[in-house]
Amino acid sequence: MDEKILYRGAEAEICLSKYMGRTVVQKKRVKKVYRIKDIDTQLIASRTKEEAKLIAESRSYGVSVPLLYDVDLAKGIITMEYLAGDRVKDILNSLKDAERKQLCLKIGESIARLHNHDIIHGDITTSNMILLDDRVHFIDFGLGCKNSETEAKGVDLHVLMEAFESTHSKYAQCFSYVIEGYKKQFSGDASAVMKKIEDIIQRGRYR
Amino acid sequence: MICLGIEGTAHSIGVGIIKDVKGSCRILSNLIKAYQPEKGGIHPREAANHHATYIADLIHDSVQTADIDFADIDLLSFSQGPGLGPCLRTAATAARALALTLEKPLMGVNHCVAHLEIGRGTVTGCTDPVLLYVSGANTQVIAFAEGKYRVFGETLDVGIGNCLDKFGRTCGLGFPCGPKIEELAKQGTHYLPLPYSIKGMDIAFSGLLTCAENYVKNRAQMEDVCYSMQETTFAMLTEVTERAMAHTEKQEILLGGGVASNRRLREMIETMARDRGAKFFVPARAVCVDNGAMIAWLGFLMYNSGLRMSIDDSVINQRFRTDMVEVTWRG
Repeated sequence: MDEKILYRGAEAEICLSKYMGRTVVQKKRVKKVYRIKDIDTQLIASRTKEEAKLIAESRSYGVSVPLLYDVDLAKGIITMEYLAGDRVKDILNSLKDAERKQLCLKIGESIARLHNHDIIHGDITTSNMILLDDRVHFIDFGLGCKNSETEAKGVDLHVLMEAFESTHSKYAQCFSYVIEGYKKQFSGDASAVMKKIEDIIQRGRYR
Repeated sequence: MICLGIEGTAHSIGVGIIKDVKGSCRILSNLIKAYQPEKGGIHPREAANHHATYIADLIHDSVQTADIDFADIDLLSFSQGPGLGPCLRTAATAARALALTLEKPLMGVNHCVAHLEIGRGTVTGCTDPVLLYVSGANTQVIAFAEGKYRVFGETLDVGIGNCLDKFGRTCGLGFPCGPKIEELAKQGTHYLPLPYSIKGMDIAFSGLLTCAENYVKNRAQMEDVCYSMQETTFAMLTEVTERAMAHTEKQEILLGGGVASNRRLREMIETMARDRGAKFFVPARAVCVDNGAMIAWLGFLMYNSGLRMSIDDSVINQRFRTDMVEVTWRG
């Protein structure tokens, strides 16, 4: 089988592969030699399982995610649809202002849809969003979990805020459009989440 | 150019003298005196008193060790923040007094950035690293992006050193606990599960700390708890560092801060670096811990890039964040 490594992330290799005649992406969690087996084995299995569950569930709530084809817990491999789009990280800075605003609104709306069902992505950065057919697809739920607490939702958004500040510092104010979209779609108490984000910022060291 | 730097953010007061030699840092002297609390953690006022007691002698000894005259000093620099207020004020006062007496310029610098720059200045081959900065109060993953040193990940509650110290204190190990925990951990054989808490590239230690303390209360082997604690916290640190490397697409890792002395942490980061094909650097221990030479070196870099600081601007800032510094000395 032809395989090509698309991306070597921190915890997994993303490979382009073939599965029942289709071009697919395989996310293979690699053993980390630096950590002891007790931690490594447990982390790989639990993260693979949790991620597959979250991807499947997100789709059922109308959030664009890759389609799942197969999950192998022992090997830590998830086989899924290949999304031939652009990483939001790579295109955000070069978009026109109006387009950037639209994209940020959409991102916010999708995050709200996840949060409406207590799905916490865990690593919402612009590297983990792929724009394809005018839709923002979320990938890499590797650090995700289910959590109904406002705290978890605040932390989730705070991660994205930091990504905007570090990677898109010129357009950091665009995070407010993300929030705008989020408020529009979120079914819970959005102001409580906003308050939480403020708390989290203040909690950071030297704020 | 010869620069004398005064470090005083926490428990150590340090005076270092450096000279720039073709863009790299030559350390002429680097003396440190550390305050050791009789019990408990650092008491800010006691620490500041300690610093005030020793600073004058340290400056003298540092000049003597460097084999220079006071007249040879071209620039004074000091740790402007972040840190404990009374300690920062003591170091800043000494630096101001010296600058006015010698009629030489003064430069206040960010302590966290100094940890990174001393790596670039003293370690051959280290040019554009991701810094894992691990000390008592600070746990940050820092890298250069878009004109500033940005924090890609950091602790959401306590610093790693603080976490280890708090644990050790509960168990009666005495300050600083890191080295003692490291020794005990070598004897540990059985892994006790602890919360592994990573949020994006940020980490949290407080839940793990409580859990570890409970193990001790429930009579688990101290060696096993120390082993499990090191393995878990260091794996978390290594993982966020690797995430930051993947995110920033950088190929160098620099370790800094007091906890960088831990052999197990070094081993883990080094293994991760090797697996990624990245370069791994640890500066000499003397410049890894809080020290005056790194403050002097950053002071030189800033001054050399054209920055100037008046006495009025030299007010300390306890909450001086890494990403508040405009990096004018890097292209």
